[in-house]
Amino acid sequence: MLSRPRLMTAAILAFGALFLSACNGPAGGGDTEDETSASTGADQLVRFDPDPYPSTYTPFESTTVLITGATVFDGVGGRIENGSVLIEDGRIAAIGADIEAPEGAETVDATGRFITPGVIDIHSHLGVYPSPSVGAHSDGNEVTGPVTAEVWAEHGIWPQDPGFDTAMAGGVTTLHVLPGSANLFGGRGVTLRNVPSRTVQGMKFPDAPYTLKMACGENPKRVYGSQGRAPGSRMGNVAGYREAWQRAVEYRRSWNRYWDAGDTDASPPARNFELDTLMGVLDGEILVQMHCYRADEMAQIIDMAEEFNYQVTTFHHAVEAYKIPDLLAEADACAAVWADWGGFKMEAYDSIRENLPLTHIGGACAMIHSDDDLGIQRLNQEVAKALSDGRRLGLEISDADAVAWMTANPARGLGIFDETGSLEVGKRADLVIWSHHPFSTYANADHVYVDGALMYDRADPQRRTLRDFMLGQPGEGAY
Amino acid sequence: MKTLLCALFGAALLAPSSFAQTTLITNGRVVTNADAGIIENGSVLVRDGDIVAVGASIENVDEDATVVDAEGGWITPGLFHPHTQLGLVEVALESSTSDASANESHFTAAIDVADAFNPNATHIASTRIEGVTRFALFPSTGSAIIGGRGALGETSGDADSLFATRQFLFADLSQSGASTAGGSRAAAWAFLRAALEDARFYPGRFMAHHEGDAIDRFDAAALVSAARGQIPLVLFVDRAADIRRALAFRDGNQQLQLIIAGGAEAWMVADELAEAGVPVILDPLRNLPGSFDTLASRQDGPALLHAAGVTTAYTTVTADLYFNPRLLAQHAGNAVTAGAQWADAFRSITLTPAEIYGVGDRYGALAPGYAGDVVVWDGDPLEVMSAPVAVLIDGETQSLESRQTRLAERYAELRADGAYAYHH
Repeated sequence: MLSRPRLMTAAILAFGALFLSACNGPAGGGDTEDETSASTGADQLVRFDPDPYPSTYTPFESTTVLITGATVFDGVGGRIENGSVLIEDGRIAAIGADIEAPEGAETVDATGRFITPGVIDIHSHLGVYPSPSVGAHSDGNEVTGPVTAEVWAEHGIWPQDPGFDTAMAGGVTTLHVLPGSANLFGGRGVTLRNVPSRTVQGMKFPDAPYTLKMACGENPKRVYGSQGRAPGSRMGNVAGYREAWQRAVEYRRSWNRYWDAGDTDASPPARNFELDTLMGVLDGEILVQMHCYRADEMAQIIDMAEEFNYQVTTFHHAVEAYKIPDLLAEADACAAVWADWGGFKMEAYDSIRENLPLTHIGGACAMIHSDDDLGIQRLNQEVAKALSDGRRLGLEISDADAVAWMTANPARGLGIFDETGSLEVGKRADLVIWSHHPFSTYANADHVYVDGALMYDRADPQRRTLRDFMLGQPGEGAY
Repeated sequence: MKTLLCALFGAALLAPSSFAQTTLITNGRVVTNADAGIIENGSVLVRDGDIVAVGASIENVDEDATVVDAEGGWITPGLFHPHTQLGLVEVALESSTSDASANESHFTAAIDVADAFNPNATHIASTRIEGVTRFALFPSTGSAIIGGRGALGETSGDADSLFATRQFLFADLSQSGASTAGGSRAAAWAFLRAALEDARFYPGRFMAHHEGDAIDRFDAAALVSAARGQIPLVLFVDRAADIRRALAFRDGNQQLQLIIAGGAEAWMVADELAEAGVPVILDPLRNLPGSFDTLASRQDGPALLHAAGVTTAYTTVTADLYFNPRLLAQHAGNAVTAGAQWADAFRSITLTPAEIYGVGDRYGALAPGYAGDVVVWDGDPLEVMSAPVAVLIDGETQSLESRQTRLAERYAELRADGAYAYHH
């Protein structure tokens, strides 16, 4: 009985080592004998590589650049008039009113223009529902069962989606691609650098945490209820989540018991890819991104998260977040919302234009999101609408604070704020130079930098990304 | 940018809703869409529902006139949305609340959207308060590529707010139309030709029996006005090849009044469209190859169409046609961002749509003889941070409330209370 699992273990270890070395994966990726030895004194406890499809992203070539004369919004509430930003080695080296250009630095005169951190969209389906919208490329929902925490969005992303190029022209430097919302547990999301690559791995944001997409409400119960399967109601939705969480609790207990015992002769528990993901949430390593519209449903989910001792990082769509900013703040859960979409189903019926500012003023972490290949191109306008509608309601919010709704807050919601989302010394130099105030309809992204590399220049047709699909098509190069 | 004009807002709420109302709007940048062009610091006088004077200074002859001070904002004609389903759809996914299409019905041209229109639909108020005062009302297609006949309305929410019905016929000849027609564009065109011929030979063809080549007697009767060119035929097509096909079809049927809706690749056919005098209704935000029909869509498409002299109106089809027609001004602003002239873009959401539907002498401009549809804005109407501070339709000052503003006010108040507890 024991020999077979041990043989398999050896095989897995051997394959894992080969895989890691061949693909130049990160050291200490998990499935290594060193780590096991160090922690337990045994050398053959089974552990799993948490990152078997590692990022191969490397920043594009950059130089030392000093951008001067701009109004700079730093993404964390700061606004500098006639400000400068210095980029060195792909990172923000300095930001302020008076910065000397280092010798040999390229200078960009941005007088009269505006700088913000690169825009981050926390809710995108680019690549999994790409353009053109054809059945062959519809890879965003595994609609064969309501609990599919084992599927990963990155395995369905088509990196040649032309939507990545147009998002770049809208200033988007980082985006989070999620599975759709047909399922209670839709699968893992992935955070991407918005750069061209032959592979998804070449776009993956290095060391960004994995996420888990979950969905409330009408979609799961409609998709499965219409097939005569569970869930067919909101009651069934919650029962479905709880059943899966309980299995995850027991799975985690089995593995922890095995690891804690440190007995290399013991049989490890059977591996389950669905429960691996849920265990990652319970361990605090995978961030829950939950599609949920109604205030009362978000309140139920907050209770469920407490029941199973996990954290909801962000509620997505959250059309009724404005009704419960206090509950969201207490649960430390963010709300990612549209400016003014609604009406397409009952749970979106109470959409108001002031959702984002009311949620923000109510003390919760709030942000804009797109969920759309056109909306992602102008998240700055969506923020502007929400801000101005909030002000008309008497809510006092500065432009500089509102910039966080498309930069710092989505970075926090993705667990990458220590790397991007604001213009602070040491962070990745992801930034946009806008032709006008970014809250003007007439603002274009003139320059977009990713890790200090100029990836998009509106004035230079050669300095634009162009996905393979568009080559030789009637619309090539114009967007 | 101003945020709130308290005095003006209060005046708008208190204004009496009387037909014999006279309103003088002063102290604003007046965009007339007429010979007067743009008048800085101008005024507009509205009496008995119509505009009676527009100019730099107007003497207020009516002692009891309501005076609206635009406080340096903008005064424009109300926006005219050329392509909506306002009042047909309340909640899209709840079929019980949607009358946009009838997949299970065999009727085609006989479908008249006016029969389904609900002026009390909540999205009409939320559209009105964003400055849209007039709209075209479209059916979707159901079991056939001919969706039915559309109407023209205003956004007051009054019982009689459709002011013209059976004004155009809508048919889908795009890839979705091909699918509806059985699987190919060729089949869709065959259906359209046969249906128009059924109408042309109505009633003679139907003396002996009720069936025509494509449609039945009742539908053929309803299609006669479009077949004779008495009302426009709006064809939904995106692909350049399909637009050319539509132009060639009209060449052979000169009586038809053709309007192209969709138009993602219209810029590739701009010169032919301009020469044929065929107008295009398109969404300036479409710049992705959403389908193989729209590979060449680009955000400067509207600018290219204007430059070629094509009569162009804008729509919001990429948002939706029932909840977010209110985003019309933002879509127009983005045409400007992509290179269109401001005046062309603004005309594309006011006077041009009115002209396309044959009512350009009544709506879409501020000049004597035009209906008193006037919007006062706190800034450039194409800027996303601007908003209307007063809306007049047929000279009547409109409420700026909607179900959404009521919700926002309720929760803003609960927040101010701190307790978020319901109270009466």
